[in-house]
Amino acid sequence: MNLAAATNENLAHISNVLVYSAMAVYTLAFLAHITEWVFGSRSAVGRTAAAITTQPAAVTVTARAESAKGGGTAVLERPKVITRAAPGSRDVPDGPGAAGGSEKGDLYGRIAVSLTVLAFALHAGGVLTRALSVQRAPWGNMYEFSTTFAMVAVGVYLGLLVAKKNIRWLGLPLVTTVLLDLGLAVSVLYTASDQLVPALHSYWLWIHVSCAIFCGAAMYVAAVSTLFFLFRDRYEARLEAGESDAGRSTFARAMDNALSRLPSAATLDKFGYRINATVFPLWTFTIIAGSIWAEAAWGRYWGWDPKEVWSFITWVAYACFLHARATAGWKGRKAAYLALLAFSCYLFNYYGVNLLLNGKHSYAGV
Amino acid sequence: MAKTDSTASPQTREPRQDEEDDGTAGAPLSTAPTEEGGQAMPGSFGGVRAPGFLGALAWTAREAIGWVRWFWRQLTSMRVALILLFLLSLATIPGSLVPQTSVDAVKAQGWKDQHKTLAPIYDKLGLFHVYSSVWFSAIYILLFVSLIGCIVPRTWQFVGQLRSRPPGAPRHLTRMPAHATWHTDAEPEQVLAAAAKVLRARRFRTEARSEAVAAEKGYLREAGNLLFHISLIVLLVAFASGQLWKSEGGKLIVEGDGFSNTLTQYDDFKSGSLFDPEDLAPFGFRLDGFTGTYERTGPQKGTPREYAAHVTYWDGSDGAEHKTDIKVNEPLETAGSKVYLIGHGYSPIVTVRDGKGDIAYRGAVGALPLDSNVTETTVLKVPDYRDKNGNKDQLGFKGFFVPTLDLRTGTMFSQFPGLDNPVLVLTAYHGSLGIDSGMPQNVYQLDLSKMKQFKDKDGSAFKSMLKAGDTMTLPDGAGTLKFEGIKNWATFQVSHQPGNETALAGAAAALLGLAGSLFIQRRRIWVRAVEGEDGRTVVELAGLGRSESARLPEELADIAVALQDAAPLVTPADPAEPSEGARA
Ligand code: HEM
Repeated sequence: MNLAAATNENLAHISNVLVYSAMAVYTLAFLAHITEWVFGSRSAVGRTAAAITTQPAAVTVTARAESAKGGGTAVLERPKVITRAAPGSRDVPDGPGAAGGSEKGDLYGRIAVSLTVLAFALHAGGVLTRALSVQRAPWGNMYEFSTTFAMVAVGVYLGLLVAKKNIRWLGLPLVTTVLLDLGLAVSVLYTASDQLVPALHSYWLWIHVSCAIFCGAAMYVAAVSTLFFLFRDRYEARLEAGESDAGRSTFARAMDNALSRLPSAATLDKFGYRINATVFPLWTFTIIAGSIWAEAAWGRYWGWDPKEVWSFITWVAYACFLHARATAGWKGRKAAYLALLAFSCYLFNYYGVNLLLNGKHSYAGV
Repeated sequence: MAKTDSTASPQTREPRQDEEDDGTAGAPLSTAPTEEGGQAMPGSFGGVRAPGFLGALAWTAREAIGWVRWFWRQLTSMRVALILLFLLSLATIPGSLVPQTSVDAVKAQGWKDQHKTLAPIYDKLGLFHVYSSVWFSAIYILLFVSLIGCIVPRTWQFVGQLRSRPPGAPRHLTRMPAHATWHTDAEPEQVLAAAAKVLRARRFRTEARSEAVAAEKGYLREAGNLLFHISLIVLLVAFASGQLWKSEGGKLIVEGDGFSNTLTQYDDFKSGSLFDPEDLAPFGFRLDGFTGTYERTGPQKGTPREYAAHVTYWDGSDGAEHKTDIKVNEPLETAGSKVYLIGHGYSPIVTVRDGKGDIAYRGAVGALPLDSNVTETTVLKVPDYRDKNGNKDQLGFKGFFVPTLDLRTGTMFSQFPGLDNPVLVLTAYHGSLGIDSGMPQNVYQLDLSKMKQFKDKDGSAFKSMLKAGDTMTLPDGAGTLKFEGIKNWATFQVSHQPGNETALAGAAAALLGLAGSLFIQRRRIWVRAVEGEDGRTVVELAGLGRSESARLPEELADIAVALQDAAPLVTPADPAEPSEGARA
C-alpha cells in the first residue's frame, strides 16, 4: 500500500517534470515560429505577396494525386477538374504561408513544427504519467483538464498537418496559447495528484469528458481560424478598395505584411466552418452523454445546473452559427462573430463557471 | 439560402440569356426556404370595404386573416427562427447567475436575504425560476411553433423532391463550380451509357437524356435535417411531460430502519403539477448497513472515496426481497422509480432513563452534518419523562457529535470523516419542549424559550463528553443518558420521472439526423457527350453541390477516372485547342 503510494508520488513527480519540459520546448517552438514570421516578412515573396493577392485567380486547378485504378497497359493521362470560387467571394489565392517563400523562414518553420512534435510527446507523457499516478482518467480537476486540453489542441493541429492541410500558420498562435494555458495550469490551478470523489466514479466520465475536451480543442482551432478570417477579410477588403499604404503606421504595415501571408479569407472561413460543423454533432453527443450521467448520479438528466446551462448556451450558439450559415444567408463576418461568441461561451463554461459560479459540477480542489 | 442556391449562376457579373437555364439546375437542392426578400408587407389586407355592417365584418375578417398570415410568415421565417434561437441562449444566462429556487432553494433564499432591495424586483421578473418564467416559456414556445411551421411545408416539399427526377444539364457545364472536359474517340452514346452505369453504381439517382446524363445523390441530407428538427420537438415534449408528472422526495434512514413508498414517509416531497399521489409505486427498502471510505493521507485527506448503502428492497408486485448496494452513480431501480444515495452521516444511539430509572427514550439522536469531516449538531427531545419525584417534565439534549476528535488541534471540530475517535458532547435542559402546541417542529432545533439548562454544583452549565459506552448522569438524580453506540444514516432521493426513455430516443434521433444533415452532401452531376468540331467526342462533366462541399471536385475526378475505360482521353492534335481542362 505504502509502496504503491510512493510509486504514485514518483509518477506524479515525473509528470510534473515532463510538463515543465514540454513548456520549455514549446517556448523554443514559439521562438522558432517568431523567427519564421520575421524571415517571412523580409523575403521578396513576402513583400510582393500583397501585390499578388490583388490579382484575382480565375480558376484553381485540383488534380487528385491518387492514380487510376485497374492498371492498363499504358498509363492513362488524367483529366483535370477545374473548380470555381463560389460567387460573391473574392477570388483571392491563399498567401504563401508564414515563411513567405523565404528558405530560411521555411527552415525555421520546420524546426518549429519539429519542436512542437517533441513538446507534444513530452506533454503527452506528462498527461499519461499523471493518469497512471492517479490510476484514472487525467481529468478530475482543472489542472488536469487544462493540461489535457492543451495537449489535445496540439494533437488536433498536428493531426491536421499530417493530413496535409495547409495550417502551419496556426503554429504561432497555438503554441502561444498553449504556453499561456499550461502556465496558468502549473501556477494557479495546480492540484496535487489524487483520486476522484465518488461522484466522478463512472465510465461516463471517460466518455463525456473526453468528448468535451476534444470538442473544445477542435472548436478552439476553428475559433483561431475564424479570428484570422476577420483580420484577413478586412485586409482583403482594403486591397479590393485599392487603399494605399500611405499614412499607415509601420506597425499596421507589418501587420498587413503578416496578413498577406495567411491563407485567403475564403479559405480561413471555410476551414473554421468545416471544423465547427464536424464537431457540432460530437458536442451534441457530449451533452447527451452528460445528461445520461447526470441521470445516474443525481437523479435527473437535466436540472439547469450552471454547467448544464452553459453547455446548453454553447450548443444553441453553435446551432445559431450553423443556421446562419446554412439558411439565413448570414455568411462572412456576421457568421464569424457568432462563431467567436459561441466559442467564448465554451470558454466561459470552463473558466467562468468553474471559478465564479459553483454548482454540482465542483471539481476536486478546483 | 439564396446565396447558396446562386452557385447555380456563378457569374452574375456577365448575365447571359441562358442564365435561368443554369438556375433550374440548382434551385431545389434543399428544402430550405429562400431568402425572404419580397415578403408580404404588413398593412391593410382587406381591399375594398363595402358599405354596411356586413361589409365592415367582411373587411375586418379579411384584415384579421391578413395580419395572422403575415405574422405566421414572419414567425416561420428563417430570420425570426435565428433571432429566437439567439434570444433563447441569451434568456438562459440569468438562470446560471442568479440562484434558482428549483435548483437550490436554500441558496436562493440566502441570496434573497442578502439582497433586500434587489430580491423583490428579481422576484417580479421571475429571476429565481427563470426556466419556468413567462418570458422564457414565451421564447421557446414561439421557437417551437416556428419550428413546426417550418417542418411541415419542408416535409411536403421533400416528398415532392423525392418523387422528381434530377433536372437536365445546364447549357454551360463549364460554369458549374467544378467541371472537367476531355476528348475521346468513343461514340457519344457509348460514353453516355457508360456514364449512366458509373453513376448508378455510385448510387446516384440517374436520368439519361438525349445529350447528357443527369444524376443526383444525397437526399438523406434533407431527411436527416428534418429528422433532427422533429427530434427537437420530441425532446421538448418528453422534457415537458417529465416536468409535469415527475415526483421526487427525500428520506433519511438510519441503519436498520426501512422505508415504504407512501407520501407520509417522506421528509420532503416535490412533484409536478399533474402528479397524483395515487401514482406512487408500491415498493420499499431497508438500510442494512453503510460503508464509507475516505482518503487517509495526502492533501485531499478526508475526501470521500467510496460510499455504498447496503439495502434490502421489495416491490409491490410480488413482495420478494432482494439485496443490493446503492452507490453514488448507481441508483436502485425498482417499480419505475429510482432511489439515489444523496448523503451520509452518523447517528449516536442513546438510552435515556428518567428520575425513576425507567427508560424514557431509546434510539437515535437527530444529527445534522456541519462540515465535510461530518462534525454534527445533535438534538434529542424526550417528551415522556418524569423527574425523580415522578412528576411529568420534558428533557432536551443539545450538542455535537464528532467522529474524529483530536484535542491537539485545539478545536472541537472533527478532523476526519471516519470514526477514528468518536465523541458525543451534550448539554441538557428540562422544561417544555413546545411540542404540545401542535406546531410542526424542526427535529434538529431545540426551542429553548421554555426550558432551563441543568447546572453543575458550581453553578456552571452542565455538559459532558462521552465515548461510546459512557453514561452521563444528570445532576440531582434527574436521570441518565447512556451513549450506546453509533449507527450510520444515509439520505436517499426517490424519483419517478416519466419520459426519460422518450427523451433519450429523441436525443439519439437528433444526433443521427444531425450527422446526416451535416455530413451528407446533396449534389448533382451531369455528363454530356457530343461530337466536337474535329469529329471527336467531347466529354463534359460538371458537378454542383451546396456551397460548402469540398469533396465534390474529388468525386468528379473519381468519376472522370472511372469513365476513362469507356471514354479514354486523347490529346487533341491541335495544340491551340482552347479547352481549359484537356491539357492533362
Ligand atoms: C429549436 C431550435 C433549432 C435548432 C437547435 C436548430 C438547429 C439546426 C442545425 C444545427 C441545422 C444544421 C445546419 C446545417 O445543415 O448546416 C439546422 C438546419 C436548418 N434549420 Fe434549424 N434549428 C432550430 C430551429 C429551426 C426553425 C425554427 C426553423 C424554421 C423556421 C429551422 C430551419 C432549418 C432549415 C431550413 C435548415 C436546413 C438548412 C439546410 O438545408 O442546410 N430550424 N438547424
